[in-house]
Amino acid sequence: MTPSPRFNLPARLLHWSMAALILAMLLIGVAMVTSLADYHALVSLHRPLGILILVLALLRLANRRRHAPPPLPADLPMWQRRAAHASHVALYALMLAMPLVGWAMLSAARYPVALAGPLVLPPILPQSPVLYAGLRSVHTVLAYALFGLILAHLGAALLHALIRQDGVFSSMAPWRPRRAAPTLRPEG
Amino acid sequence: MSLLNDLTGAPPGLPPHALLLRLAAIGAVLAGTTCGFAYVGGWLSPGALTPARVIDRFEQVNGPHPGFRRNHAKGLCVEGRFAASGAGAALSKAGLFAAGRVTPVAGRLALAGGQPYAADAEATVRSLALRFTLPDGEEWRTGMNDIPVFPVRTPEAFYEQLLAAKPDLATGKPDPARLNGFFAAHPESAKAAALIKARTVTAGFADSTYRSLNAFRLVAADGRDTPVRFAFVPERAPSPETAGQAVQQDKNYLFDALAAELRQDALRWHLVATLGRPGDPTADATQPWPADRETADLGTLALTGSTPEAPGNCRDVNFDPLVLPLGIAPSDDPLLSARSAAYSQSFTRRAGEDKTPSAVAGAPPHGAAL
Repeated sequence: MTPSPRFNLPARLLHWSMAALILAMLLIGVAMVTSLADYHALVSLHRPLGILILVLALLRLANRRRHAPPPLPADLPMWQRRAAHASHVALYALMLAMPLVGWAMLSAARYPVALAGPLVLPPILPQSPVLYAGLRSVHTVLAYALFGLILAHLGAALLHALIRQDGVFSSMAPWRPRRAAPTLRPEG
Repeated sequence: MSLLNDLTGAPPGLPPHALLLRLAAIGAVLAGTTCGFAYVGGWLSPGALTPARVIDRFEQVNGPHPGFRRNHAKGLCVEGRFAASGAGAALSKAGLFAAGRVTPVAGRLALAGGQPYAADAEATVRSLALRFTLPDGEEWRTGMNDIPVFPVRTPEAFYEQLLAAKPDLATGKPDPARLNGFFAAHPESAKAAALIKARTVTAGFADSTYRSLNAFRLVAADGRDTPVRFAFVPERAPSPETAGQAVQQDKNYLFDALAAELRQDALRWHLVATLGRPGDPTADATQPWPADRETADLGTLALTGSTPEAPGNCRDVNFDPLVLPLGIAPSDDPLLSARSAAYSQSFTRRAGEDKTPSAVAGAPPHGAAL
């Protein structure tokens, strides 16, 4: 069995749609906490989008379990391999943790987690202002951590695409590479 | 440059200027993304009015009172139920207006202002906040006040007014020059202040009329969309506050009277929706609507008991006026989103603070055997 050099189509679709959604969520999040005029509109968007990201992240993990991602280039230094592995674990953890912490903190504050129309999610924590205050801070800290990780991810992806040209970027690129990446090493 | 090629893993054939250019392009993308994030997050516009600054101003005007609401700090929890008349069913698809539907309600009667230990006073604005618990997790939360119109039209004016109306330490009254300056800049607030001052102050919480002030929209199943202003109108005929009432009695005379009445019997209000017509101001809470507007009596609120603020009851609820069930929607009033944002900020701050008991402890029922 030879692993495919590209992520499968569901993985690529999930990656790029979630990239757009997560970036939008981070921007909506920082905008809404400082906004008076748009606060309600942004919060009303933030809650259903967060739950959508939670669902997509679970789908993505399930797809990843069934279809292993293509291996990293053989010549990638060990520290970069470790960084790539750790940052992906952290990205997945945050994709799941951000919506769950959001849902949990709203539950502790007894805000209805309204999604769309009359659809309201049930609370997942008992009512507790102290818990709410703690989770509310955690939500902010994790959001900044996620933004930082996304910057690092974006920087590394561009480094692979523009400088190393080692096939890592094209394995996730939404388009099919015009030619095989010249420096892509055969699997050792 | 081969060192840089080695460091970045660039192929040896990539010339140094091309490598540097590509590194610069990557740096620019990352810097641009960070700047976009900072811009949207308001870091590049430090002068903008934010929820945090609104609540900072409450703290500046009232002093620190950790654990308490930054506004309407002194209050008493109440519970009861709302029985729909059915008159609202044609106007709104919200289930709580269906004929015969009885919805449990928890709420809070409070005095405006950020001083949790202030003595009850005749002129202080009284408020009624309610949380209707609908089936399937939907809720309607509302905060209403016993004034005919709201004193300001915009969040920015609200922010200015907080400081302009701050009582002077020496006189206990706002600095007249500052207040007049504010009214000169906001003639709509001067008109509203005159209407508020001219209102009849009733004997207590029980015979006050509480108004939403902001407009909302009732959305019917057939899509009909009606601008409304809500009011809770007491069933009991209002009696004016007596002159002696306020001066002689205890610091909590309004709350104590309410708790005593609720121990005797339920208190009832009618939820009356005033139906706006095209042209009625929905985005200006300082303006009254014409007095001849049609109204609909949506049902009866019966408050059946009171409890002092305690963990898990009204103390820990944010009566955010934009927690609405399907069938009630916000109007274009800019104050609504601002109230939602500021309430949330106040709630988040107090949620993390140590609590001290409310001044309204609630006298024990007469007769311990009860």
